[in-house]
Amino acid sequence: MNDPNELNLTRFKKRLGPEYWRSLDELSREDFEQVVETEFPAGALALERGVDRRDFVKLMGASMALGGLAACNRPAEKIVPYVRQPENLIPGQPLFFASAMPISGYAHGVLVESHMGRPTKIEGNPDHPSSLGATNSWMQASILGLYDPDRSQVVRHLGEISTWSEFLATLAPALKGGGVRLLTQTTTSPTLGAQIQQFLAQSPGAKWHQWEPAGGHNVREGLRLAFGGYANAVYHFDKANVVVSLDSDFLERGPGHLRYARDFSSRRKVRKGTTSINRLYAIESGPTGTGSIADHRLAVKPSQVEAYARAIASALGAGGGANGQPITDNVIPALVRDLQKNRGASIVVAGEEQPPAVHAIAMAINQALGNIGSTITITDPVEVAPVNQLDSLKQLVADMNAGAVKTLIILGGNPVYDAPVDLAFVKAMDKVPFRAHLSPYYDETSMHVHWHIPETHYLESWSDARAHDGTVSIVQPLIAPLYNGRSPHELLGALLGGLDASPYDVVRTYWQSKAGALNFDATWRKWLNDGVIAGSALPARAAGGTTALPTTENRQPTTSSYELRILPDPNIYDGRYANNAWLQELPKPQTKICWENVALISPKTAIALGYDNKRRDGLENEKQTLLADVKYRGRTIRTPIWVVPGHADGTITMFMGYGRTRGGKIATPSPDTKGMYGPDLESFHISGNTMGVDLTPFRFSDSLNGGPGADIAVSNAAPYDVACTQEHQSLNASDVGADRGIIRSASFAEYLKKPDFAHDYKREEEQSPETMYPKYDYSKSHAWAMVIDTSVCTGCNGCVVACQSENNIPVVGKEQVLAEREMHWLRIDRYYKGDADNPEVFHQPVPCMQCEQAPCEPVCPVGATSHSGEGLNDMTYNRCVGTRYCSNNCPYKVRRFNFFHYSDYETPALKAQRNPDVTVRTRGVMEKCTYCVQRINAAKIDAEKQGRRVRDGEVVTACQQACPTDAIVFGDMNDPHSRVAALKTEPTNYALLAELNTRPRTTYLGAIKNPNPEIKG
Amino acid sequence: MAQIFHRSANTLARVTIFGAVFAVAFVLWAIGGVVRSPYATDQGIEREQPVPFSHQHHAGGLGIDCRYCHTSVETSNFAGIPPTQTCMNCHSQIWTNAEMLEPVRASFATGRPIVWSRVHRLPDFVHFNHSIHVAKGIGCASCHGRIDMMPLTYQASPLTMEWCLSCHRAPEKFVRPRNQVFNMAYITNDQESIGPKLVQEYNIQKLTSCSTCHY
Repeated sequence: MNDPNELNLTRFKKRLGPEYWRSLDELSREDFEQVVETEFPAGALALERGVDRRDFVKLMGASMALGGLAACNRPAEKIVPYVRQPENLIPGQPLFFASAMPISGYAHGVLVESHMGRPTKIEGNPDHPSSLGATNSWMQASILGLYDPDRSQVVRHLGEISTWSEFLATLAPALKGGGVRLLTQTTTSPTLGAQIQQFLAQSPGAKWHQWEPAGGHNVREGLRLAFGGYANAVYHFDKANVVVSLDSDFLERGPGHLRYARDFSSRRKVRKGTTSINRLYAIESGPTGTGSIADHRLAVKPSQVEAYARAIASALGAGGGANGQPITDNVIPALVRDLQKNRGASIVVAGEEQPPAVHAIAMAINQALGNIGSTITITDPVEVAPVNQLDSLKQLVADMNAGAVKTLIILGGNPVYDAPVDLAFVKAMDKVPFRAHLSPYYDETSMHVHWHIPETHYLESWSDARAHDGTVSIVQPLIAPLYNGRSPHELLGALLGGLDASPYDVVRTYWQSKAGALNFDATWRKWLNDGVIAGSALPARAAGGTTALPTTENRQPTTSSYELRILPDPNIYDGRYANNAWLQELPKPQTKICWENVALISPKTAIALGYDNKRRDGLENEKQTLLADVKYRGRTIRTPIWVVPGHADGTITMFMGYGRTRGGKIATPSPDTKGMYGPDLESFHISGNTMGVDLTPFRFSDSLNGGPGADIAVSNAAPYDVACTQEHQSLNASDVGADRGIIRSASFAEYLKKPDFAHDYKREEEQSPETMYPKYDYSKSHAWAMVIDTSVCTGCNGCVVACQSENNIPVVGKEQVLAEREMHWLRIDRYYKGDADNPEVFHQPVPCMQCEQAPCEPVCPVGATSHSGEGLNDMTYNRCVGTRYCSNNCPYKVRRFNFFHYSDYETPALKAQRNPDVTVRTRGVMEKCTYCVQRINAAKIDAEKQGRRVRDGEVVTACQQACPTDAIVFGDMNDPHSRVAALKTEPTNYALLAELNTRPRTTYLGAIKNPNPEIKG
Repeated sequence: MAQIFHRSANTLARVTIFGAVFAVAFVLWAIGGVVRSPYATDQGIEREQPVPFSHQHHAGGLGIDCRYCHTSVETSNFAGIPPTQTCMNCHSQIWTNAEMLEPVRASFATGRPIVWSRVHRLPDFVHFNHSIHVAKGIGCASCHGRIDMMPLTYQASPLTMEWCLSCHRAPEKFVRPRNQVFNMAYITNDQESIGPKLVQEYNIQKLTSCSTCHY
């Protein structure tokens, strides 16, 4: 600790008390308190330039005149009724339809809320096996994607506007020339599969290729390695006592992650009477949601994971043997004993970026433990035609280069942007005489084809898709194509030479042929109603295969100290969601960075690079960073670096999907979009006119996920602004020297000894029942309350986007996020505990606490925030004059202010997206979480009309509904039988900053982890 | 130094200072009057409609129930404006050639809806639900006035927040038996005894929290 450059933990301890910290700056900065003390530190910079006296007088005069005039007459409003009103539609009442969102081909069941024909909100389908009612951020944000005005709206021929019929006219002769190739993404749609097979059968020489830049390549090949043929593994985390993750983020990624999160968390919630919970070991490189709730987490380089896997395998007698890198970690022997104790009740799961061998080893371990058949089901593959997509794409490129391809039809995807760089896809593709591309955006690939066809959104066209376990859902549209889109089924129909075949007929006919004509109408309606075809999950099959472990690849222990790791972005995935502003502005689950990608490195690596405390102190708190040059295989990318506690040393993690040059105003901001959506471009340019950096130069076909041999050097360029929300709206840190008990955690063993560990914080003794606030009587009404279980929150962000969608929350752009003005009503705070090299991580969603004695209420000079009879802190937008006193007085920092006119009042398409039950706020108005009061009121009205009380579970807040781990519970505390009332009596229940005597209605359950007692330290 | 101001300036000053109080009071009073006046509330203003539909004729004269056209008044926040089809239920049989009904027939034939001018308009930050008011025994006429006597529809009540609260604070003064909700001509001389009883019976709460309407 004598090295002044070392991250100095003692310095921090002296200031902030014993345990928990939020960010490295908090850990290392001397002046940290001053930096975070003000709530909106950049508030003074609101006006771009000063206003002189003359301008002031002019503006005031004009506003007086206009203000007087504007109030005179309200504009007339029209009512447009139906000509023939649809059956079952009650104006003003939403309808819900079941559908499914395909993500990388796999169905995620949804219920879509529709107001008078406008889809406005996505919820999970409780009957769908991959969802069970939960949603992730992509599903929630897909509603914005539907209305996205940047979506491609016309057929284009060589960039010029054309028509579908002209395309058909040129397609027919092109198909006759032979040499047809189809390029699709991963496909699970049985109907599309059948159409493609039919096309291949009737067109000699035609071939089908598949390519997707991220996703399950290694899973697919790994299972083939293990079982001698393509297969699908379905995990049952609800049956597993011990789970080992080999660099797998199974709680937040992959086709079944929502289900897995629900199942996993069902074994992790500690309630009165719980005698055992599961245990999770995570061996991973970068911080993930899965790693953050793991009981033991090892941060290792990605290439070392295999050695760990082999060590576990050999210790369990599953073969393998060491591969030259003996594992000395003291966790492994205990882990192995834990697995041995839980034969048939454990799971070892490998991550998508790990090579196939690791997947095969994981399966061998599972087989040795007898998990296959009990906690893991092996089925036939879910995909229509699983192939090695990399080989498939290579074959296509070779054929194109050889001139064998006469016609190339690309159904979705963006290969020009995301194909491996060494394949030189564009050069090869340019040799094809007829190229067509079906895509939702006019993107990089569309630029290089003859014909671009706009693709429908999944809410616009009929289709079908399978879930992670094979269950089929009919993808039901909610609205006719907004932008003249065509579905893949229509394009295939055109290829098959049919007249314009409607996707509805294609899908329905296919399933009629499967289900039989007998009473098919009723069957079909039931499928649509349920959102799933009951019993269509793939049956378990004998595992087969796995005789020997894959041999060790003779990998050289690299001398280069850095390993590059490329992952799909947690927000915009492989770039396909890059034009979705909700996802762009979403703070990334572990780093809280939005609007771009950065290179993640560990604290030790940072110091080794010369990015030490001294240099950090010169930068603005958690907002600025340095630029570094990352070198890989002779190519260099300049990118901001970001130091992440818990990251593996000597590893650089980068997220793909950014640096788009085409594909919408948000994906590729241009100078004229600066402001609302666009980031501050002056301080922003790195590689041309794009947002974030494109990792394509690093993605070679043999290293799609990076690999060893990278190098990194911090540049001397000026500090770079990063929109990181971690230190925004922080709970006040000025209370120096006191641990305010914001996060309270214990091990399960400690919990069993002392269930009320969460009440050990002495500050709470100061809590007194005396108060100067008026007394409210809630006994006759409802007392709405919320409990959030921090044990199971993985910080996945599903709730944040759900809240944004439900409550019409605007996005503000990078520039405004830098000024700490993001508008999310619900934020997820991240806390660390312990050593910066591998700390424990805690996530804490913070909505409005709805204090019973709320500090915000008495300070409002105009009564815009007031107490409701049910204990809500109401926010009345039309009264608010924007003094921001309430926000200033809120100890939890949950209020958000419209510094500018953030809501888009202009774009017609976006108007249709809004929730009509929630006011769209304007400039100068404060807003905050309302506990989804529109849902409360709707439920109350329903109940009152039937002359009864609101039942428990009838009011579900948007965040609660989205939560994959069921961590958020909402209800009426006055109802003694409600779930929330029961949780409030849990010994682990605690209130945030209880010493302020605000009596928050939102409380938390202490975080409980279950470390192995055999492992010390 | 000579005096700049004449002696009379003193009186002027006194009157000005004294009068300012009245001036300010007058301005406030005037503003208060204007915002409550039909000029600001649109109360009593008949709007031009594509078809001069008469509630007096249909609801009053013919005695058609409110709910024949306003179908969702008991189930939704919005009472519903009838689709063209509803008009044509009768007008495909009677007055089939009336010139006045040409827009209705045109709408039905072309499938293009009739665009009505909204008469009762609440700001977007107010959420009003018809169904719960009807269910709790608030008559149509309590807010909409004797609409069965209106040849052209106008807004009978000011629809100001003050006006809403006058009932939300004292529902017993306005509540009526549920079976009289759609009776336009309902009058009782005994509201003082019926009101509190109905409030009890219908479990009517005095909802005056901001979030009752504003969210």
